[in-house]
Amino acid sequence: MSSNSLITELTNKEYAAGFVSDIESETIPKGLSEDVVRLISSKKGEPEFLLEWRLKAYRHWLTMQEPRWPKVHYPAIDYQDISYYSAPKQKGGPKSLDEVDPELLRIYEKLGVPLREREALAGVAVDAVFDSVSVATTFKAKLSEMGVIFCSFSEAVREHPELVRKYLGSVVPYSDNFFATLNSAVFSDGSFVFVPKGVRCPMELSTYFRINQAQTGQFERTLIIAEAGAYVSYLEGCTAPMRDQNQLHAAVVELVALDDAQIKYSTVQNWYPGDKEGKGGIYNFVTKRGKCAGKRSKISWTQVETGSAITWKYPSCILLGDDSVGEFYSVALANNYQQADTGTKMIHIGKNTRSTIVSKGISAGHGQNTYRGQVLIQKNAENARNYSQCDSLLLGDQCGAHTFPYIEVKNSTAQMEHEATTSKIGEDQLFYCKQRGISAEDAVSMIVNGFCRKVFKELPMEFAVEAQKLLGVSLEGSVG
Amino acid sequence: MTEQKSNVMISIEDLHATVDGKPILKGIDLTIRSGEVHAVMGPNGSGKSTLAHVLAGRDGYEVTQGRVTFMGRDLLSMPAEERAREGVFLAFQYPIEIPGVSNTYFLRTALNAIRKHRGIDELDAMDFVSLVKEKAELVELDDKLLNRALNEGFSGGEKKRNEIFQMAMLDPRFCVLDETDSGLDIDALRIVAGGVNALRGPERAMLVITHYQRLLNYITPDFVHVLSEGRIVKSGDRDLALHLEEHGYGWIETEPRAAETVPAR
Repeated sequence: MSSNSLITELTNKEYAAGFVSDIESETIPKGLSEDVVRLISSKKGEPEFLLEWRLKAYRHWLTMQEPRWPKVHYPAIDYQDISYYSAPKQKGGPKSLDEVDPELLRIYEKLGVPLREREALAGVAVDAVFDSVSVATTFKAKLSEMGVIFCSFSEAVREHPELVRKYLGSVVPYSDNFFATLNSAVFSDGSFVFVPKGVRCPMELSTYFRINQAQTGQFERTLIIAEAGAYVSYLEGCTAPMRDQNQLHAAVVELVALDDAQIKYSTVQNWYPGDKEGKGGIYNFVTKRGKCAGKRSKISWTQVETGSAITWKYPSCILLGDDSVGEFYSVALANNYQQADTGTKMIHIGKNTRSTIVSKGISAGHGQNTYRGQVLIQKNAENARNYSQCDSLLLGDQCGAHTFPYIEVKNSTAQMEHEATTSKIGEDQLFYCKQRGISAEDAVSMIVNGFCRKVFKELPMEFAVEAQKLLGVSLEGSVG
Repeated sequence: MTEQKSNVMISIEDLHATVDGKPILKGIDLTIRSGEVHAVMGPNGSGKSTLAHVLAGRDGYEVTQGRVTFMGRDLLSMPAEERAREGVFLAFQYPIEIPGVSNTYFLRTALNAIRKHRGIDELDAMDFVSLVKEKAELVELDDKLLNRALNEGFSGGEKKRNEIFQMAMLDPRFCVLDETDSGLDIDALRIVAGGVNALRGPERAMLVITHYQRLLNYITPDFVHVLSEGRIVKSGDRDLALHLEEHGYGWIETEPRAAETVPAR
């Protein structure tokens, strides 16, 4: 079998997580207006300041244009054809997992994310976001003993409005960009983490997102704050059911690290990528940004992006504090007709700031994979250092890899390194593996995982195992 | 006679093959029995490596005529990985690098795929480690190379030693060594040949492909065949190789094709 025909065969595996569950949801009619923004805010019983913030964002959004610079193509989105709020019907909130709708729990089971097991085996606290409202938060008691707040965004608004007010929009302002501004106006829910001074969060915090209502856009908002000397590792993982209609997802994640604080944010993203012809699939337009506000603070982004029809995502670091560190480790895969335009921005402002970028792009089928990154050394950033490595791996001859690194240096003491490679999985590598008895599928999976090793090393252990499996599944059918 | 027949490991009959539509093999006949070591020699371009790759089942090498029977089964109908699992091993002339995949991880995946095919349980981690240790000593393979990425940054000699190490680990029935001596200095050659000799046995057969007879000073073949323009033009014993060393390949082409006897020295 030729390389291309095996690639074709392996790429033809169906999306394993594709199913629609039939939990009753409360969904408001399609369309976007000031009234809708007010309705969302009132349904959630929000304080006045938040409503005002949403309205400012909405009014600003009306003046903005959807960005056209990313190297992705999709039909125009009709923002009036989207319903902006959907919540599973729940009377009161569940006090424990026993009170959670069993159908919900079954969905997580199907996805291989049994809450109970995670709870018991992995020691992971899970704030499960089903559609737009959090339905279960575990390990809360243990965390609150240490003063760690880990809850849904809505709950944070109710219980800790002063913290929300202080930090919301402090990294990604409501006027930041088209999709972030839209999110600011209509965000439904998300996660909130606050780790107080000197506390090392004793467990990995984890949220499983899942988009479930047909034609309901998801507008998650996550805010993580690590006070001086605090440490937290946060995991985000997603899958979504199969459907025909394209779905918009415009999330915002803000991280704030004060003096000597560390935030590690890991993502495994496996939203529905569309079918083999490129029909359906999620549009993932995400704004993720962290601010190393304090001295010697550190923010690490690690992402494994295998899903979505279109990915538009640049987890970034603003290195404001002296001696602060920003890291970005990424694996992005574009198979079939997927398009990914992803990368990072490292903005060096403080002295002796350091950043590392390791990006691994994999293209298969007709996939188009773009790395777009910016390293900016500001005038006062003495002795700033950056190391960037951007590698692309091509499977087959119908796909594309593109690299757009932007480097801007305004201080002559900066040290910059940039490495880039593009390679193809060679017929000779595959033959070598097969000659040792390894099947083509396992060989591809092995070669691709080898290619991504530097990034997987940065993931927490359980996540790394999942990520490897995910890459294997996502590439099934894609080589020979 | 029947006993001898059951002893046949691989029989190649009238094998023709093309690469990119160009005929390279033009009718190879060769029978190899268990326990035998055959050497195939020949000038550049005679089809030696093509023969190796056709037997291993590489894409792009098209068999246009003939049959190959391996342990009583039609070898040519099997995909490359199945041939490997059935016990065909090719030591590559140019071993391939796979960045980020450790040597031992690769080998363990291969070994378990083969064991599964043969209906044997996967080796557990402890047994695997002791097997690795035992076999690595055979070719004096540096421990450090075991955990490095497969062949990445290995010297030429290290790569060849690693091939023989893999051969020892995977316990093949039929080994094809494709110019394993090329690029080796005399010490590396001695070590590699020592490893190969240790793997000789009554249940195993080998086809040693080489351009120079030098290797055959260390690995003594039972039979020597000379390949020229896609055909075996001479077969003999070890003396044939020595004769070739003395006289080069030129004399073969000047002699009539029919000559099948070993020339007197």
